[in-house]
Amino acid sequence: MPKKKSKKVSKTKEIKGQLGKKKETAREKMIGQSIGYRYDVNLLPDYSKLTPFLKKYIEAMGWDDLNWLEDVHMGYEEDRAAVFCRNANGWVTIPKSIKLPNNQQDRDMIARELLVKFQMSPKHPLVDLKKAYLKF
Amino acid sequence: MANLKTVSKKSKAQSMGMHTEVLTGRTQQKFFNPDEAENFYYFGTYDVDFNKRTELDVKDMTAPEANKEIDNLMSQGYGTIVIKNPQGKHSLGVGILNKLNLIFEGSLGYFGMGSCDGPIVRINGRVGWSCAENLMAGKVVIEKNAGSCFGAAIRGGDLICKGSVGARTGIDMKGGTIIIGGDAGAFTGFMMQRGRIIILGDVGINLGDSMYDGTIFVGGEIGSYGSDAVDAELTKSDQDWLKRKLKVAEIGENFDVSKMKKIVAGKKLWNYDNLEPTEKKGAI
Repeated sequence: MPKKKSKKVSKTKEIKGQLGKKKETAREKMIGQSIGYRYDVNLLPDYSKLTPFLKKYIEAMGWDDLNWLEDVHMGYEEDRAAVFCRNANGWVTIPKSIKLPNNQQDRDMIARELLVKFQMSPKHPLVDLKKAYLKF
Repeated sequence: MANLKTVSKKSKAQSMGMHTEVLTGRTQQKFFNPDEAENFYYFGTYDVDFNKRTELDVKDMTAPEANKEIDNLMSQGYGTIVIKNPQGKHSLGVGILNKLNLIFEGSLGYFGMGSCDGPIVRINGRVGWSCAENLMAGKVVIEKNAGSCFGAAIRGGDLICKGSVGARTGIDMKGGTIIIGGDAGAFTGFMMQRGRIIILGDVGINLGDSMYDGTIFVGGEIGSYGSDAVDAELTKSDQDWLKRKLKVAEIGENFDVSKMKKIVAGKKLWNYDNLEPTEKKGAI
């Protein structure tokens, strides 16, 4: 008799903050969604992971560190990796062609780089608004 | 019910632990073009040179006149501007959305350097209420003391006061870092939502009252904790970051950061959401 192949049972990893996987507050149960941010807002950047683009940006601005970019993290929108643009008040979706590393610190650096490129682009939504409404 | 979509198959983003639920129809979505040219400045801002320096005496100018003249100098490519005789005028240096090195030789009144995005500012005197309110990016250094509501509602950048500050420092802040070399008053970090506050000296009563998120580091004594402000463990990563930040701030370089206290939100006040579905249903 051939040996029966034992099926591997994949262990499901409990994800912190997932509904039904942790003790929700009464409020969360009632509204059916987690209350909170989509990433750890208090995560401090690891400066050893700075990208060459970000180094150039810091130098061009005359700053000593990431400055406002310390608060930028990679999150998600509509099931896709995204970064929040505070100027456009919307999520900027990261193209699927960009490979994302399996590490939040590295992903955050990519998010910062892409956000700078998006905000400084002449195609940014604020450019049209500025043209239409700038008073002086 | 809230607009909650269940996803049976795990996407790559989910398996990376980037998120745990999918919320739809609540935010805008913009698509990024990765082929954008390398550009470090906002579209339409002035191309200034830090080595091109000029002075501006604002003694006989009103604040709007002075601010317009700063803008005019930037349009001529001046990257370093020294402001003489600010004489405690209110609302000086507001709304600068440019890379710039700005030096004030004197003190500022209320709402100095408000709503700025990018400049490096040094103020050789004191500042009044609400200095650098709504700062988006950049670095503002105050050599002496600051008034109340220092860094109110800032969203990014570094705001540094080498002296002491008044009450409600960092009220409603949504990002960025506030660094204080001396003491801070009551209700520091009141209703803060994100960002970091570092106080090397003592701090008054009700520290971090009703804070939603963010982190406060204190080197001295704490008058009392506010509602929902709790102690947290100071990690190695915190200490490394604190050392780096104090060096950037040019203060407390020899300060023993390992003895600092870390205060975060207890998150017991997290009891709202922006849909309020049950309440809305009841109203209809």
